[in-house]
Amino acid sequence: MSKDQPIKQAPTPDIVYLSLRQHLGAPSKAVVKVGDLVKKGQIVAEPGGFVSSAVHSPVSGKVKEIKPHPHMMGPLADAVVVENDGKDEWFEGCNVATNWESMTPEQLKEKIRMSGIVGLGGATFPTHVKLSPPPEKKIDSAILNGVECEPYLTADYRLMIEQPDRVVEGFRIIMKVLGVSKGYIGVEANKPDAYIIMKEKGAKYGIEAVMLKVKYPQGAEKQLISAILGREVPSGGLPMDVGCVVQNVGTAAAIYDACAKNIPLLTRIMTVSGDGVSHTANYNIVLGQMLGPILKECGLKDGIRKLVFGGPMMGLAEPSENIPLAKGNSGVLALIAGVEKYEPRMCIRCSRCIDHCPMGLNPSVLSLLSDISDFTSMEKHHAMDCIECGVCTYMCPSRRMIVQQIKLGKQRILASRKK
Amino acid sequence: MLTTVIISLSILGVLGVLFGLGLAYASKKFSVETDPRVDRICELLPNANCGACGFAGCNAFAEQLVHGSLDVNTCKVCASEAKSVISSVLGKELVNQEREIAVIHCMRETIPARFEYNGIQDCRSALLVNGGFTTCQYGCLGLGTCATVCPFEALYMGEDGLPHVVDEKCTGCGNCAKVCPRGMITIAPMSRDVHILCNSKHDGKYTIGCCNHGCIGCKRCEKACPAGAIAVKDFLACIDYTKCVVCGACVDVCPTGAIGDYSLFRGKQSAKWRSGLAAK
Repeated sequence: MSKDQPIKQAPTPDIVYLSLRQHLGAPSKAVVKVGDLVKKGQIVAEPGGFVSSAVHSPVSGKVKEIKPHPHMMGPLADAVVVENDGKDEWFEGCNVATNWESMTPEQLKEKIRMSGIVGLGGATFPTHVKLSPPPEKKIDSAILNGVECEPYLTADYRLMIEQPDRVVEGFRIIMKVLGVSKGYIGVEANKPDAYIIMKEKGAKYGIEAVMLKVKYPQGAEKQLISAILGREVPSGGLPMDVGCVVQNVGTAAAIYDACAKNIPLLTRIMTVSGDGVSHTANYNIVLGQMLGPILKECGLKDGIRKLVFGGPMMGLAEPSENIPLAKGNSGVLALIAGVEKYEPRMCIRCSRCIDHCPMGLNPSVLSLLSDISDFTSMEKHHAMDCIECGVCTYMCPSRRMIVQQIKLGKQRILASRKK
Repeated sequence: MLTTVIISLSILGVLGVLFGLGLAYASKKFSVETDPRVDRICELLPNANCGACGFAGCNAFAEQLVHGSLDVNTCKVCASEAKSVISSVLGKELVNQEREIAVIHCMRETIPARFEYNGIQDCRSALLVNGGFTTCQYGCLGLGTCATVCPFEALYMGEDGLPHVVDEKCTGCGNCAKVCPRGMITIAPMSRDVHILCNSKHDGKYTIGCCNHGCIGCKRCEKACPAGAIAVKDFLACIDYTKCVVCGACVDVCPTGAIGDYSLFRGKQSAKWRSGLAAK
């Protein structure tokens, strides 16, 4: 497993493909033109709205083209292609140490916004939006998510034990922006060394490390809040409704780089694992790098049945390895065994999905309603509360595609709300 | 013994008479006035309850016709004879409306798949997995969601993996057009039977890479059209049916065969139009 593999620095590629759709919300707007010279850390695309994010060039070089390119979430999206000139020149003002403690929360928030930071756990929700709760919502605690509950993934774990200072400093910035004095770091019990390090480093800043039971999906925001604080987020609500904000450890590290070193989000840590590679690894990779060469370096075997970006439970299967690294991609799994085509059967009403649903929903009824396209009733059965963790589908003895059906229902409900 | 039978029979008989009187009184006293026109119109409507008019069913639509200011032509399905009777019931003049029909704007021969899709056999679900498994982002996924929602069995999935319209059955209700996640089904007037049989907004190079019959946006049809009915936008030609004169000039100049003149083939079996088009 990749648990014991230290983070390796991947070689900087000759060419990067910076997709403008690496986050939730409106796509970014390119601010460079073809032929422009860009430097490392220079902004190439600005946020396209409030719920949006900026994109920066991780290399210095020339903008080769701006055109649709395959990306993680779908077939094609506009991408800025930058050719690396190998000079590795930093953009003016980047990589300069500053004292973040003298900055106001508003300045820090703006810094985070312009540094293109999004939730690096995988959801890629723009961080500055999460850090801007409306004034009527009183936030009293911040939670740092170091749970990493999906099997195979170890990127957050390696980050916590190798670079704990970045994580803790980043968390202090988050706490300052939110104006809270109490912070918690949640770590699963299968990572005791990470727990001990986080406990030691955080102790003097009022940050408490909490060891949590190993279970999936412990790392989902709402489950984490319930495990640490015992508060339940109401149906249709957000963590801010119970006075919490949850951030991932990788996000905290990126916030530290942005605020203390003036380095925008240029790289991320990613796990390469699965039985389809001869050796597993954790890499620090620049965003926009093609993943094909990285997989080859790990000894990609022939006959791969499935390539999953992200964890095995919630990750996205990709049709090709020639897809650039995006902000939300915490791992790549190459799988050979255990990928079979199967036929879903009738629901036998065993209620295993109901027993295991972390949101307390009734997945079997939701899937049956989706079967008959009754999306209005699905909404009444709180389909929108589904966090798409996939436990229901994993548990189903009839191998029904429950989470897929609920996803379809959620999409239809959102579409009808827009009308 | 006999007395028991007589007593029980007479008790039942008296009870029956009492309940009968009660019901008769209630039906007079609490009767709800219904407009006879609603019932009459309801009989004339197709009663398919397809929902194309936007109301819950034919009954709700009939009520709206009588009490609202709706036009009977809002119902796309109703036959024109029935419509004229309904208009006379309503005391309105019937404006004759042209029959409309669903048109499938895709002619791909094979599905150029980017990956194997094992999920739910529903186009809307397939679209959620990496934006759909076809290389062309605008073409038919071929899982037949349109055919399953058609209330008139006017759409069926052919062996070529594309939906086919049975023109005798299609009423132009538009349920298929609403459900298609790629938006490649439109409802067009039947007399303007020349259509762009492609929905690809990819550039020409990409379109040729995934399909032999794609619109590449070359604008030859735009120049050839004597009525100025064709405009190319986003590498895709679009016919303005209000201007089209059905001359077929565009069909002749299209280099990829992405424009089809259905007027030559209407009335024959749907599959034959396509083979006729392919032979052209």
